[in-house]
Amino acid sequence: MNRATLDLWVGFFVAIGLAALLFLALKVGNLASSNVGETYQLQAEFDNIGGLKVRAPVKSAGVVVGRVTDIRFDPESYRALVGMKIDARYKFPRDTILTINTSGILGEQYVGFEVGGDTEMLKNGDTVKKTQSAVVLEKLISEFMFNKAQDEKK
Amino acid sequence: MPDNGLTRALQGLGRRVTDRIWRLGFAARFLLATVMYSGTALRRFNLTIREIYFTGVLSLIIILVSGLFVGMVLGLQGYDTLQRYGSSEALGILVALSLVRELGPVVAALLFASRAGSAITAEIGLMKATEQLSAMEMMAVDPIARVVAPRFWAGVISMPLLAMLFSAMGIFGGYLVGVQLIGVDEGSFWSQMQASVDFREDILNGVIKSFVFGAIISWIAVFEGYDCEPTAEGVSGATTRTVVTSSLAILAADFILTALMFRGA
Amino acid sequence: MSSEPLVKLADVNFTYDRRPVLKGINMEIPRGKVIAIMGLSGCGKTTTLRLIGGQLKATSGAVTVNGQVVSELDNDGLYALRRRMGMLFQFGALFTDMTVYDNVAFQMREHTDLPEELIHDLVMMKLHAVGLRGAQKLMPSELSGGMARRVALARAIALDPMLMLYDEPFAGLDPISLSIVGKLIRTLNDALGISSVVVTHDIQESLKIVDYVYFVSEGKIVAEGTADEIRHSDEPYVHQFVWGEADGPVSFHYPAKPFGEQIYTEAPRAR
Repeated sequence: MNRATLDLWVGFFVAIGLAALLFLALKVGNLASSNVGETYQLQAEFDNIGGLKVRAPVKSAGVVVGRVTDIRFDPESYRALVGMKIDARYKFPRDTILTINTSGILGEQYVGFEVGGDTEMLKNGDTVKKTQSAVVLEKLISEFMFNKAQDEKK
Repeated sequence: MPDNGLTRALQGLGRRVTDRIWRLGFAARFLLATVMYSGTALRRFNLTIREIYFTGVLSLIIILVSGLFVGMVLGLQGYDTLQRYGSSEALGILVALSLVRELGPVVAALLFASRAGSAITAEIGLMKATEQLSAMEMMAVDPIARVVAPRFWAGVISMPLLAMLFSAMGIFGGYLVGVQLIGVDEGSFWSQMQASVDFREDILNGVIKSFVFGAIISWIAVFEGYDCEPTAEGVSGATTRTVVTSSLAILAADFILTALMFRGA
Repeated sequence: MSSEPLVKLADVNFTYDRRPVLKGINMEIPRGKVIAIMGLSGCGKTTTLRLIGGQLKATSGAVTVNGQVVSELDNDGLYALRRRMGMLFQFGALFTDMTVYDNVAFQMREHTDLPEELIHDLVMMKLHAVGLRGAQKLMPSELSGGMARRVALARAIALDPMLMLYDEPFAGLDPISLSIVGKLIRTLNDALGISSVVVTHDIQESLKIVDYVYFVSEGKIVAEGTADEIRHSDEPYVHQFVWGEADGPVSFHYPAKPFGEQIYTEAPRAR
């Protein structure tokens, strides 16, 4: 096998290998959508985050606007602290309410932004206090059963 | 010393353990020497390019075809399970994540070990058996620098490329079956996939895995070849050992790497 | 040229895995001569060659090549010494993934920065010397045993060594190739002014070309002398070797118990 043919084949091999990486990065992964561009950091306190995970999407009106970066437990307030990075292109009013929703009945959980009417906008490092906890299915069911029982007693 | 069955059994066990440890130490020193004498392989890169042809390019067909089929099977099986819970749109996530994180690096590495690893061992072993390595030494050329190091680096370079090709091909196979054949919605197939596959956490970690696997396979392959008994049985035994040892090592290393990388995520 | 011998082995012992292979070998290889080391398979001939080439280190005693003690050299020193040695391996040991041309050019490319045109001329000279200029484009798998041996010889003299080591150069060759290789060993030695060590058990062929012979048996030198002295030696071992007798000091039978005893004691167990 002569040198030039060899080089050509190896060049071809490396090129399609890198093309595969590009395909994985852009078409399969989220390199194109989320990792580029400026972001700012927000924090929120929740009573209960349910099954929320790091890297879960943050959505407003169904559009992904950011991602959960960390989840901690605050030992003083006994609440969950959720850190998020939000795309710098989107600004939200200070009275925005954060909710934890589920996509589909058993799908993954995400943080939803219910936009308020304040004229002042949230800034980098702000903490949002107005939140609504995750809907815990067991709790929901037991509440429903309880109410049903109450109704029947009447 | 009493000469009874128990004593002998213990002696045998002891000898086997010390032999293994000695061999492991020898293999570690061999790896160190390979890395230290890599100057030639990297300076005269055409030596390594030649080996990339033999390890990488010649493994392309088996990797691409297997990737396609594994992806297609994932598409069928994944759809079957997911549609019971009414979430067949998540098929893209299932196919992509299982390939990028696990199946891509691991299955590609197993195939690479049996396709390229065994070939490297057999080649070096035969060179040893036919005194080509001795001849090289007598010509004042270090066989580790001239023969072993280029093959080692070629393996390290080829493996991640092959693993990425395997994953990409597999996802394409999943797409063919899921979207084209079964009729999962194309838009949600890709968008759900993009929403849950993270470039750094999933794809890069997969690439790192395949790098590590490539180094492990190449190391075992060149060592077994260089260390083999210079006879026909010696070479065939070493070739078998390369495939067995590197397959086990890949699976063990995969467990450790997965535990380190995807913990809590 | 000094009268000091090129290679000198002084009281060399070599032990492999607690088994003594060489026991007190003394040997001198004068410059410009062809020396043969003869003996049965497994008597330590090849080991002697490897000691001279520095692939093995003597357990005790000194191997001196061109004034340097081989076992005291560091890696760089050893490699520098080996550039001035050529070795022909038993079956040639040609690099199977390279053409004949590339095999001969190997050392020139590894050790020198000569331009490719000059390498081409040198390779042609070396191949011409062994009569295989026309085979330059062939792969080693396309060569006959004798041709492979001659290409390996061209490769070994690529950098004009001062010392040539031959490990069983006659093994497995047809009579014509055998005498060609034998003739080449002699003519190259004289034309290039090198010294040669031939390790062999092919007594008839080597007696035609060598100046001096050492006989090695069980790790010791049992006889030595010029080719004529060896041919007319009365020493029983040498006589048996030269005339190829089946029985003699080297017994036909592998050491065993007396025949009768072995038959009567072991037969029942075999059943």
